[in-house]
Amino acid sequence: MARVLINLPARAKRGEVIEIKTLIAHPMETGYRLGPTGATIPRDIISRFLCTYNGEEVFRAELYPAIAANPFIAFFTVATESGEIAFSWTDDHEETQTEVRQITVE
Amino acid sequence: MKALLFAVIAATAAAAAAAEFAPGDRRSGYDFAGPESRAMQDDDTANPGMLGVLEGETLWATKAGAADRSCADCHGDARTSMKGVAARYPAFEPALARPLDLEGRINRCRTEHQRAAPFAGESEDLLALTAFVAYQSRGLPIAVAGDGELRPFFDLGSELFHRRQGQLNLSCSQCHDDNWGRRLAGAMIPQGHPTGYPVYRLEWQSLGSLQRRLRNCMIGVRAEPYDYGAPEAVALELYLMARARGMPLETPAVRP
Repeated sequence: MARVLINLPARAKRGEVIEIKTLIAHPMETGYRLGPTGATIPRDIISRFLCTYNGEEVFRAELYPAIAANPFIAFFTVATESGEIAFSWTDDHEETQTEVRQITVE
Repeated sequence: MKALLFAVIAATAAAAAAAEFAPGDRRSGYDFAGPESRAMQDDDTANPGMLGVLEGETLWATKAGAADRSCADCHGDARTSMKGVAARYPAFEPALARPLDLEGRINRCRTEHQRAAPFAGESEDLLALTAFVAYQSRGLPIAVAGDGELRPFFDLGSELFHRRQGQLNLSCSQCHDDNWGRRLAGAMIPQGHPTGYPVYRLEWQSLGSLQRRLRNCMIGVRAEPYDYGAPEAVALELYLMARARGMPLETPAVRP
């Protein structure tokens, strides 16, 4: 599984706008580059990112080959209630990596 | 006669001083980077070099080789045992009678103590473990002096730094001593202090070693680049680290 760095506050006040920052290790191979033998290196990118807050979708992104390796995605959401924030990255092979973080809302 | 001798000594001293920056005049590559790159380096959750550090932390605790030992089995907690180590490399290895850089030391530990195959030069694993070890010295001043047994290698590094080479017939010094702060095409010329290696270079989209950076410059002046771990490359690395003595390590730095 790829390395992931996720930064979000562990605690927040109800109604507070919180910033969530995510970073995942991935080559984001464009599919346009040639390898040492002259053959095209097959495309291998993360194509979808999804964030759910207690099961409800709060942020989604579609990624394309122009995005650099190790994509960094930062976004904001409103802290509504305590619970789980789940992040999932899906690549070209339809493999999904999911990470879950807890948040306490007071 | 006495006056003449004094004049010679003064001239020699001036020549030696001209090659070095006054401590207050030295600038890390960080100071030449744009605000976005700096912000990326300063925030550990946005710094992609930290992915390598995390990977290195895992490797540190992974058993390897015929000895079935991990780095941690001998060295314990890296946060204490590796603190300040990267700031002292390249260091002299008496068994080989030559200096080793941090990558070379890690690979020697692998072959000698873990009895495992060395990591390939510039491989992801080697960079990750090097970044993890160097990260333990972040903020500490570079402590390479280049004296004593290292002196001949320091002198070789210095000579290589000032030697014109390649089809463009340029020395390192002509850009990084004489023209730093100016632009080479679109790029700012830094002073060439290796303060943050292995660095995450946005152009590479990955971590890379100082030697990879040196090879880049050499290809730029159309010279034959040194192989990874070549004695010349380590000597140049030694000279550059001694030249940056006292500057804080930033590993993993982010550079454009």
